[in-house]
Amino acid sequence: MTFLGWLTIFLFVAILTALAMPLGRYMAAVYAGERTFLDPLFLTPERLFYRIMRVDPKREMDWKAYAKSLLIFSLFGWLLLYFILRTQTLWNWTGLNPQHFHSAPWNVTFNTTSSFVTNTNWQYYGGETTMSYFSQMAGLTVQNFLSAGVGIAVAVALIRGIIGRSGRSIGNFWFDLIRTVLWVLTPIAFVVALILVFQGSIQNFSHYVNFSGPTGLANQLAMGPVASQEAIKELGTNGGGFFNTNSAHPFENPTGFTNLVEMLSVLIIPAALVFMYGRMVGNRRQGYAIYATMMVMFLGAVCVAYIAEAHGSPAQHAAGLHTQAIAGSAGGNMEGKEQRFGIAGSALFDVVTTVTSCGAVNSAIESFTGIGGAVPMGNLSASEVIFGGVGTGLYSILLYVLLAVFLGGLMVGRTPEYLGKKIEAREIKLVAIGLLITPLAALFATALATASHLGRQSISAAAAGSPQGFSESLYAYLSQANNNGSAFAGYTGFIQPTAGSVGSHGITFANLLGGGVMLFARFAPILFALAVAGTLAGKRVSPAGLGTMRTDNATFVVLLIGVIVLVGALTFFPALLLGPIVQGLTSHLYG
Amino acid sequence: MTLRRDIVSAGIGILVLTVFCGILYPLLITGISQVAFPGNAGGQLVYVNGKLVGSKIIGQNFALQVVKNGKPQVDKNGNPVTVPDPRYFQTRPSATVPPNNAAATTFSNLGPNNVATEQAIAANIKAYLALEKPYDAGLTVAKVPVDAANSSASGIDPDISIANADIQAYRVAAVRHVPMSIVLGLISQYTVGRGLGFSGEPGVDVLELNLALDRMAGARA
Repeated sequence: MTFLGWLTIFLFVAILTALAMPLGRYMAAVYAGERTFLDPLFLTPERLFYRIMRVDPKREMDWKAYAKSLLIFSLFGWLLLYFILRTQTLWNWTGLNPQHFHSAPWNVTFNTTSSFVTNTNWQYYGGETTMSYFSQMAGLTVQNFLSAGVGIAVAVALIRGIIGRSGRSIGNFWFDLIRTVLWVLTPIAFVVALILVFQGSIQNFSHYVNFSGPTGLANQLAMGPVASQEAIKELGTNGGGFFNTNSAHPFENPTGFTNLVEMLSVLIIPAALVFMYGRMVGNRRQGYAIYATMMVMFLGAVCVAYIAEAHGSPAQHAAGLHTQAIAGSAGGNMEGKEQRFGIAGSALFDVVTTVTSCGAVNSAIESFTGIGGAVPMGNLSASEVIFGGVGTGLYSILLYVLLAVFLGGLMVGRTPEYLGKKIEAREIKLVAIGLLITPLAALFATALATASHLGRQSISAAAAGSPQGFSESLYAYLSQANNNGSAFAGYTGFIQPTAGSVGSHGITFANLLGGGVMLFARFAPILFALAVAGTLAGKRVSPAGLGTMRTDNATFVVLLIGVIVLVGALTFFPALLLGPIVQGLTSHLYG
Repeated sequence: MTLRRDIVSAGIGILVLTVFCGILYPLLITGISQVAFPGNAGGQLVYVNGKLVGSKIIGQNFALQVVKNGKPQVDKNGNPVTVPDPRYFQTRPSATVPPNNAAATTFSNLGPNNVATEQAIAANIKAYLALEKPYDAGLTVAKVPVDAANSSASGIDPDISIANADIQAYRVAAVRHVPMSIVLGLISQYTVGRGLGFSGEPGVDVLELNLALDRMAGARA
C-alpha cells in the first residue's frame, strides 16, 4: 500500500461527490420538464422523436401501462439486436466488418443479446475476435444507451410514485426514455469519448493492422470505433468491452488519467440519481442519507480490496516473490493487473464496477486474492444497491429503504410510513418478493451449474476441482443475476478456435441458463418496483407526527446498512464460504 | 388498442434510436477525433524508416524467431518458437497466444491459490533470472519485481515498472556496449508518470525505450 494509493481513493470520492451533486440538480430539472441549459440543443430532436414514434409524451401512464411500454420496447430491442448479431456478414457492404467475421452461434448470441438488453454485458465472446464494427456500433452500443435509459426510467417512475399526491400516474415511459438518452447520456458520453481519444483511445474503422516489430516478429493490431463505445459502456454502467480484456486493453483505457475518468463515468449517474431523488421528494436530506449509506459500504469494500491485493497472493509467495513495495515498484498481487493502473487503480476500479452493475474490468478478477475476490462477490451479494446500476441501484435501494422502514416500524410498534405514506402489507409483500428474486435466481442457477456435468464443463482447466472452480461458477451466476457482467473469466461458454467464429461452438447450457437468469432477474424486479410505484402513487400523504421514524438521520443510515448487510449475508454467506473465503483464509495451493 | 400503439412506438423507436445512438453518435465522435486527434484515433502507430513497427501504447514481444536448419521453428500449435532478444528491454509476461498478440487479448485467469499459478510465476521468474542474472550478479528471486513475474491483464501491457527496467538496464548496456548512465537516462526519459500526478503507477514504455536505443546505435554506426 502506498500513500498515493490511499490518496487516489480519497480524491476519487471527493471528485465524484463534487460532480454528482450538480448533475443531480440538473437531472431533477430534466425529468420535471423544467428548463435546462441544453434545451436549445435537444428540444427539437425530442419533438422529432415523439412525432416519428407517434407517442404523446404528456399521456399519463399508470404502472401497468408504463410496464407494458417498457417491456414491449425491450422486446423489440432484443429482437433487433439478435437479428443484427446473427446476420453479421449480411452487413459487410457497410464496410464495417473489415475482418469478415462470421456471427457467433445461436446460443452464444442468445446469451449476448439478453446480456446487453438487460444492462448486464456479460460476455462469453471476445470482442476483437467475434464482433464486426457494425455489430459493436449499431447493435451493442445502442443497447448500452437504451438499457441504461430503461433502468433510469424505472427509478424516475418509482420516485414519482413515492411523491405522487393521489392518482395513479407514474409518468410517461417514452418521455423518460427519450429525455434520458438526449439530455443525460448523449452529452456526457460525447465529452467522455473525446477525453478518451485525447488520451490515446482509438476511434477508426480501419482494417486490423499488420506489422513486424523491431525483432521481426509478425503481429496484428485490432482496431475499431473504440472510444465512442467505451464512453457509454462506463456511463451506462454496462461494462461490455470492445476488446476481450475490456478496460485493461490500452486502446480502451490508455492512461492512469483515463482510468480515473472511466471510474468517474461509471459512478457519476448512480450517485447523481441519489441527489436527484432528494430534490424530487422535496427533502434533500433524504438523498444525503441514502448517499451516506452507499458511501460507507463503498469505502469499506475499497479498503478491504486494496489491502488484500497489496498484500499479494499465496501463489506469489510460494514462488518466492517478495510483494512489498520497493523503489521503482509498488509490489502487490500484479497477476492480471496493468502496470499503469497499479494495485490501487485496479482495486478501486474493481469495486467501482461491481458495486454498480457496470462489470467492466481493468484487471483479471479471477486472479485477485481470495479476500480481494470476495469483495466483488460481496458487492454482488448486496444486490447492486451500493450506488448500483444506473436507475436499478436507486430503485433497488428504495425497496430496501421501505423494508428498513417496515422493520423500524415493527421495532417501535407503529404503522411504518415513508415520506408521509403508510407502508402496508401489500407494499411489503411486493418489496420482499422483488428483493428476493435476484438472490434466488443467482443461487438456484449456481446450484444447477455446479451440480451438473453440463454446468461444470464451463469451469476452466486450471481451476477444476478446487474452490476456485466453485468461485468461477458462483461468480458467473451472481454476476448475471445482478446484471453486472464482470467475470471470473476462466468460466467459458464459447469455444472459438480461430478469430471470426469459423468452427466455433457455444456451450448451450451455460448460455441459456445465463441468458434466462439475466432476463428474469432484470425484468421481474422492474415489474415489482413499478407495482410498488403504482400502489404508493395512490396513497394519501399524512403529515409527520412525533412518533414518525425519521429516515434522514444517522440512525436510519445504520439501520439501512444493517438491513442490506443482513439480507445479503444471510443469503450468500454459506456460498461465499465455499469459494473465495476459504481461499482467503489459507495459503494452501490447490490442484 | 394501446397495445397496438405501444408496438408501433416501440418498433419505430428502436429503429430511430439505433440510427441516433448506433450510427450518428459513433460517426460524430469518429469525425471529430480524426480531425482533432488523428494520431491517437489511429492507434499511435510508430514507423521506423517508413516501416510500421507497432503502436506506442501496445506492448510487444521483443524476441527472436528460433531458426533450425534454415527453417523457422514452430510449436505444436503452429506458433513461432522464440527467445528473448538480449539487445532489447522485455515487456511483461503475457497470457495471449502467441505472447503480446494484439488481435486476440486475454487474461491469464490464474487463481490466487492454485498450483498452476505458482508454476507459471516460477517459470516466469526462472526465465527472467536466466536472462538478467549474467549481467546483474546480485539478482535473486526475492529481488525480482512483481510485474516481471506476473502476467499483465491485457497481455499487451506497454509498460514495465521502473525497478524492472533498472534491472534489465545492466543487460542492455552490456550487450549494446552503451554506458549504463545513458541507458538509465533513457529509462527516465520514457517513463510515463501517474495520471494527474496521483492516479496509477509510473511505467516505462518499452517500445519507445527500445527504439530510442536503436536510433542511438544507428547514429553511432
